[in-house]
Amino acid sequence: MNMIRLEKRPSPSKFWAGITPVLAVIATMIAGGIMFWFLGKDPVEAIRTIFWDPLFHETFGPYSRPQLLVKAAPLILIAIGLSLGFRAGIWNIGAEGQYIMGAIVGAGVGLAFYPSDSVLIFPLMVIAGGFGGWAWAMIPGFLKVRFGTNEILVSLMLVYVAESWLASAAQGLLRNPDGQGFPGSRNLARDYPAASNLEIISGTGMHWGVVAAFIAVIFAYVLLSRHMLGFQVRLTGEAPRAARFSGVKPARLILFCLGTSGALAGMAGLFEVSGPAGQISIDFNSGYGFTAIIVAFLGRLNPIGILLAGLLMALTYIGGELAQLMLGLPGAAIQLFQGMLLFFLLAMDVLSNYRIRLGKPEAL
Amino acid sequence: METTGTDATLLTLDGLRKAYPGVVANDNVSFAIKPGEVHALLGENGAGKSTLVKMIYGLVKPDAGQMHLKGALYEPASPNAARAAGVAMVFQHFSLFDALNVAENIALGMDNPPPQRELATRIRDVSEAYGLPLDPDRVVGDLSAGERQRVEIIRCLLQDPKLLIMDEPTSVLTPQEVEILFHTLRKLSAEGTAILYISHKLEEIRSLCEHATILRLGQVVDTCDPREKSARELAEMMVGEVLHVPSRDETPPGEVVLSINGLSLPPATDFGTALRDISVEVRAGEVLGIGGVAGNGQDEMLTALSGEVLSKPDAITMHGRPMGQMGPNARRALGLLTAPEERLGHAAAPDMSLTENALLTGAIREGLESRGFLNWGKTQAFAEKIIQAFDVRTPGPDNAARSLSGGNLQKFVIGREILQRPEILVVNQPTWGVDASAAAAIRQALLDLAQGGAAVIVISQDLDELMEIADRFTALNEGRLAEPRPARGLTVDEIGLMMGGAHDMHEAEV
Repeated sequence: MNMIRLEKRPSPSKFWAGITPVLAVIATMIAGGIMFWFLGKDPVEAIRTIFWDPLFHETFGPYSRPQLLVKAAPLILIAIGLSLGFRAGIWNIGAEGQYIMGAIVGAGVGLAFYPSDSVLIFPLMVIAGGFGGWAWAMIPGFLKVRFGTNEILVSLMLVYVAESWLASAAQGLLRNPDGQGFPGSRNLARDYPAASNLEIISGTGMHWGVVAAFIAVIFAYVLLSRHMLGFQVRLTGEAPRAARFSGVKPARLILFCLGTSGALAGMAGLFEVSGPAGQISIDFNSGYGFTAIIVAFLGRLNPIGILLAGLLMALTYIGGELAQLMLGLPGAAIQLFQGMLLFFLLAMDVLSNYRIRLGKPEAL
Repeated sequence: METTGTDATLLTLDGLRKAYPGVVANDNVSFAIKPGEVHALLGENGAGKSTLVKMIYGLVKPDAGQMHLKGALYEPASPNAARAAGVAMVFQHFSLFDALNVAENIALGMDNPPPQRELATRIRDVSEAYGLPLDPDRVVGDLSAGERQRVEIIRCLLQDPKLLIMDEPTSVLTPQEVEILFHTLRKLSAEGTAILYISHKLEEIRSLCEHATILRLGQVVDTCDPREKSARELAEMMVGEVLHVPSRDETPPGEVVLSINGLSLPPATDFGTALRDISVEVRAGEVLGIGGVAGNGQDEMLTALSGEVLSKPDAITMHGRPMGQMGPNARRALGLLTAPEERLGHAAAPDMSLTENALLTGAIREGLESRGFLNWGKTQAFAEKIIQAFDVRTPGPDNAARSLSGGNLQKFVIGREILQRPEILVVNQPTWGVDASAAAAIRQALLDLAQGGAAVIVISQDLDELMEIADRFTALNEGRLAEPRPARGLTVDEIGLMMGGAHDMHEAEV
């Protein structure tokens, strides 16, 4: 009788850690292809529509290519922040709420000065957006440090509170006075140039949020690999007792990680509301804060990995929409496909820590 | 080939071999155990003792070779089969449920447990017959380590074993409790039960065992009668080389460097131990040995000194300077360094490289960071220096801490602190699970450090170790520290009393 055994590697394999995301993508394509086939679609065409057409299709390419950066930027920006906490074992699940609060506070500050044309308006909004997200993340942070509450539950519940704030702001405080009573704020991107986050290079999708995402990647990379604080973040995640022994102050680290991820999520919300979304509306949030959790893990909590994972995830979003449009695939199938990606990635993770042995069980 | 199953032998092992990927745990192991014999299995860590007894107890199947029990071929497929054949084992780590009482725990380990009342009667009978006082109705969570071990032993004795395997049974016992255990084992042996006894403690083996089989690198390298050998000769047979005995010149102790004044701390966790009014002074050039059974406040004492747990400012002073409220790094900066007991997860991060682990405590004194930015080149050089100076066997500083054997990682952890030139060094269980030659090297390094004028506190369960290196001895018992006494000339009885004596039933009920 043959059987498969897992054998723990003495050190995690760098080779397998690097190759598993690629294997996971391939496995997702195969399993997803089978699913599409059962749904009565041509699997090859479906996979091509998701992964290839958004970038290289003659008709759709020029439209969807810029979308890649537009969709990837908030994912990357949020995921970078989350990854710091996840590395340290601090689980901020409420980035969606921090993203919303950043958008509300940032947009609110901008709208307070309407119709100013000062060049300081947009930078001020970015800072206010970051502050909004930071403050929202400080709630679970403070409660955890002071009372030992669980940051997973608190940050998650605060997402629903933030959604209520969003609905309230869209219908009340930030409602467009010239909007005939419809919910939703003024359109920052269209009607308020000083507060708009426009494309820096036309036709590329490159807006200030993309720039911020790249800066965040570089910042996180340097922090984690060259700075004491990054070392303490990693040490706390790997061995909390050793971290304390090494002199890490857990409360400070918790506040730093939650605060940074909140601020980045808040900024992502501001860049979105002042650019691609344009206005505060009841349905402004679209799940970036949750998807960023997947992106963070898909990128193995590594800044460069998150950059690539964010682009890949954005691609499946755009490709998924395209596949719904072109092939009539149900939206649920696309979500399932994205779920498979995370599932395979986590499943393949075992390869970097274990080696697989085929062999007989203990000889008789 | 040896003959198998003569009348005189109980268990015969013939050419046993067990290989794991990358390592041969046992190769061509043959020896025999007679009925009523107390047989010692000696060897360093990794010599293959555990694998061998696991084969005898049916936990691991040999790749090659045969065993015979009472002349019949013996191939236990599981521990159940081994127990049915009359082989029982008491493990180093107990498998008991804290919330259940003694009788219930024993019933759980039996294949066909009798009704509770009958079982309780039998437990009382056996415990009285063998001098192991134990109340079947007590909840296990309230028992001392020695009493828990009695539960495991009685569980085995109820099945009337022909062979009892004991893996490091005395590591959790006070000297008085060890005496009680030995009394029981001798009685069992006199009644014809063979005992296979695994221990690092050579003096114990000399007083208890009639026969010893010595394993090195998975093979039988020697057999002897331990009563006719000195502990040192036994150690050298295990290691296969002449052992270096730690030594140093006599120097008068200097001024008081570290002073602990009425240190009291509540337990950190529900299962922790409170520290109660601990006061002691340590002088420059002195080694203070702190003995005691595990779980009496050793961990708490170390974390209070390292700065992981803060205390009243004056509770800990260095050269008269209060440091109770200082964190670990402030204390390091002043020269108070520590090495915790738990290597993986406390003293070192398992999945991080040795270079990163060198940074873990070395950042400040070795100047490995400047304004928060890390100097990896210098850090790696520091890691390499530790590896070289303390003979840490590893391919290089890029390897993860958990890839090192316990002894090598311990050398790294101790070396990391010693090379930072501490003025005070506190180590907890410095040679726990470390082989004899590495242990000797670590003890010598600690003595050299004291010789150089540092104050050294060694917290250890190994009394032989403390007697070897300590100038003064004291012991932790339920979070209290006994009055320190000069180590030279202390008797085992005096040490035992400082450690809290035998935890018999009446005392443990308080």
